[in-house]
Amino acid sequence: MNTRLNRRGFLQGSLAAGAAATISVSNNSQAATFEGYPESMGVLVDLSRCVGCRSCEAACNKEQNLPAPALPFNDFSVFDEMMHGQKRRTDETRYTVVNRYKIPGREHPLFRKIQCNHCQEPACLTSCFVNAYTKTPEGAVIYNADVCVGCRTCMVACPFYIPTFRYSSAFHPRIMKCVFCYDTRLTKGKPPACVEACPQEVLTFGRRTDLLEKGRQRIRENAGDYVDHIYGEHEAGGTAWMYLSPAPFEQVGFDTTVPKEPILNYVKDFLSIVPMVLTIWPALFAGFHLLAHRKEKMEQQKKNEGEV
Amino acid sequence: MNTKTKAVLAAAVLMLIGVLHPGQPCLAMDEHDAPDTVTINALADLYQPVEFSHKRHTKLTRCKDCHHHTTGQQDMDVNCVRCHAHSPEAGTVSCKDCHTQKQFYPEQVTATDNPNLYHIDKPGLKGAYHLNCVPCHVKKNAPSDCEGCHALTEKGKKFFDIKEKGAPVSKKESHAH
Repeated sequence: MNTRLNRRGFLQGSLAAGAAATISVSNNSQAATFEGYPESMGVLVDLSRCVGCRSCEAACNKEQNLPAPALPFNDFSVFDEMMHGQKRRTDETRYTVVNRYKIPGREHPLFRKIQCNHCQEPACLTSCFVNAYTKTPEGAVIYNADVCVGCRTCMVACPFYIPTFRYSSAFHPRIMKCVFCYDTRLTKGKPPACVEACPQEVLTFGRRTDLLEKGRQRIRENAGDYVDHIYGEHEAGGTAWMYLSPAPFEQVGFDTTVPKEPILNYVKDFLSIVPMVLTIWPALFAGFHLLAHRKEKMEQQKKNEGEV
Repeated sequence: MNTKTKAVLAAAVLMLIGVLHPGQPCLAMDEHDAPDTVTINALADLYQPVEFSHKRHTKLTRCKDCHHHTTGQQDMDVNCVRCHAHSPEAGTVSCKDCHTQKQFYPEQVTATDNPNLYHIDKPGLKGAYHLNCVPCHVKKNAPSDCEGCHALTEKGKKFFDIKEKGAPVSKKESHAH
């Protein structure tokens, strides 16, 4: 029996092996799903309570030593500000922003506070190639400016458009975003500054698991007052900051198309084959090249030999 | 037994009946049991204390609208009636006796570990005041902006980054700087 390997056989075999390797690697990555730290903290934001007083913005500004605002924090004309057709967003001078939304059929507007939602499996963290981000057991997604190279991939990766870049300083790349008052408060068992400042207790601080229970209780005990959904329970694989709303979430500026699983899951399979591509492919294609040119080379050699 | 002792005994018996049969409207608390004005100063820091006209508010709403079941009024929220349908007037009716000034601190965060704790979502004192006052003020067109009830302190003005010029501060106040 002739067991000599021909080119077709080799190609078929290598394709099959490659496919098998890809499938086996992706199965492994599916198994490692992180469900969040069990005792991690969070904040439940109840939009039905917010009156747009901006105390949270002022408290954040003081706590994080951010630059003084152009307009005082009790100036409500900022709710009319529009930039490129969008309402106010977080930037290098503000980690949190409150916006006003007119809701059809409601007499009074609703207000929504935005800040980092501190995802269970943050996309910013997984996208960062220098590991500048950390998800702490307390629930905060913190950032290390010392290792950051300023590539801004995290800004693209974030499904909530939260991390912002300090463009005003060219030599000190730095991402500016809410850190859940990690060093100054969270590690000391205190609620973040915005939570403490809120007069309406729009912001409820507690263990994430407890907050889900409280949220469900509010929905149940105030039948019809809330949309039966806690935004952030599953969005982007779950977030530490979650929202209750009396109006459909898309009417209050929420992106309801954010996937229900971590953003990481969309790239996990791809990322897991990167090492294989880098190690096997060079050898594989070098082999193809050699095989393809072997005949040519041999003929050339024969020719040369004939000439001699 | 002289008449004086008899009168005292009679009064004691009547009071006992009151305790055993709560919910008698004549024995429930009413506005006359409260001071006319309450100075709310426990939280004054960024804002000045509130001189709350209790008397005036008793004419606008019922006790239970603010004090829940503690004054002995019966008609209540469906969520409260489950347990408090026949609750007598409580020993204390002041907001701060149930709603704590300190909120969201470790001892409170872990309090939910107690399986017997029903009120897992009780607002703190600041939340209780505002959640009670603001919606009603909005509904009845009473002042509902922050300074409608309490003026900012100097510390508060700093907190909100209110500058001297062009800031929504009255002339009299800006002269005081």
